Amino acid sequence: MPVPRGVRAIGHSVIEAVWRIGIASRFLALTLLHSGLSWRRFQLIVKELFSSGVMSLIIIGVAGTFVGMVLGLQGYETLKRYGSESALGSLVALSLVRELGPVLAALLFASRAGSAMTAEIGLMKATEQIAAMEMMAVNPVARVVAPRFWAGVISMPLLAAIFSAMGVFGGYLVGVVLIGVDAGSFWSQMQAAVDVREDIVNGVIKSVVFGIVVTLIALFEGFDAPPTAEGVSGATTRTVVESSLAILMLDFILTAFMFRGV
Amino acid sequence: MQRTVLDLWVGAFVVAGIAALVILAFKVGNMSTYNAADTYRLQAYFTNIGGLKPTASVRSAGVLVGRVSSITLDTERYQAKVAVDIDRRYQFPADTFANILTSGLLGEQYIGLMAGGDDEMLKEGGQFKKTQSAVVLEELIGKFMVNQAESSK
Repeated sequence: MPVPRGVRAIGHSVIEAVWRIGIASRFLALTLLHSGLSWRRFQLIVKELFSSGVMSLIIIGVAGTFVGMVLGLQGYETLKRYGSESALGSLVALSLVRELGPVLAALLFASRAGSAMTAEIGLMKATEQIAAMEMMAVNPVARVVAPRFWAGVISMPLLAAIFSAMGVFGGYLVGVVLIGVDAGSFWSQMQAAVDVREDIVNGVIKSVVFGIVVTLIALFEGFDAPPTAEGVSGATTRTVVESSLAILMLDFILTAFMFRGV
Repeated sequence: MQRTVLDLWVGAFVVAGIAALVILAFKVGNMSTYNAADTYRLQAYFTNIGGLKPTASVRSAGVLVGRVSSITLDTERYQAKVAVDIDRRYQFPADTFANILTSGLLGEQYIGLMAGGDDEMLKEGGQFKKTQSAVVLEELIGKFMVNQAESSK
C-alpha cells in the first residue's frame, strides 16, 4: 500500500532528527575524549575565550542593564498597586538571578558567539582546512573543536553572572535613583529574599548547562555543515534556532527540578 | 611564558565574571548574613509557625543573634519543631520567651527572643519552654468580626 507523501515526509524528518541527535552525542563524547590537548596547551582555550567571552561582554552588559531597568519600571508600577514598592529589590533580583540572567545571557551568547563558531568551522570545512589538518595528522576535533567547547562552557556562567549583576544595577538605577524607592529597604528586602544556595547556585548550574548545550549545537552544526556557501548559511541559522529552542525547553525542565516551591 | 594582550583581556573578563558572582552572593544574596561563627542549637515547639522559613532570622531586642536551621512537624505532639542556631556569644536564660513575629505588616517572619530572669542558661540542645505562635491574619480578622457581631447585639 503506498504511503501518502505527507506522512512519509514527517517520518523522514523524525528519523533524520533522531539520527542527528545520535551523531551529536557521539560528537560530544569525541570532544570530551580529545580535550586533553586544549588543557595542556591552555593558550588555545584563552584565544577562544577572547572571541566568545570578551567580545560578548558589551552586549551582555548593556542588555543586562536595560533588562534590569525595565524590570524596575514595570515592577514598580505593579507593586505600587499593592503598596509594597519596597519589595522591588527582591522582585528584580529574584527574576534576574533565577531566570532572566541565565536564559537571556544564553540566548544572546547563542546568537553572538554560537553563530560565529558555526560559520567559522563551517567555512574551515568548506575551504578544506579541516581536511588539510587531517592530512597532517592533526586531529581537528582536538585542535579546533575542543578549545571552543571549553571556552564556551567557561564563559557562559561568567557572562550570566555579569548579566544578573548589571541587571540588579539597572534595577537599582531606575528604582532607587530615578523613582526614589528607599535604598535601605531595596537592598535589605533583596538580601532577605535571595538565598545563595537556592537561587544563585541554581542560576549558575542553569548557565553551565546552557553553555554546554549552546556550544555543542554551534560546534556540531558547523562541523556537520555541507561545504557550500548555502550549507554554511543554513547551518548558522539552524544553530540560532535550535539553541534558542533548546535553552527555553531546558530552562523549563531545570526550573521544574530546582524550584518546586517546597 | 609569552605574554600577549589577549591574556590581559581574557584575565579581565574572568575577573569581571568572578566579581559579578561575588557581588551576587554578598550584595544581592544572603551570604553576608550567614554567620560562620560558632553556634549552638536550641529547639522550640510552636502550634503554628505561619510563614516562617529555614534561614529566617532570630532576633533579641532587634539584634540578629541566630538563624532558623530546620523546621519539621513533630508527629507525637503535632506541633512544629523549629531548630535554631544561636551565636555562641549570646546566652539566654532558661525561661526565655520565643515568639514568631513579623517585620512590618506583610514582611518576613522571624523569631523574637524575650529574655527571662532565670539564673540558669539554655545549653546546646536546650528547648524554649514558652513560645508564642505566629499571628495568622485570617484568624485575627475572624476574631475581630465575632467580637463586632457580639458587641452589636
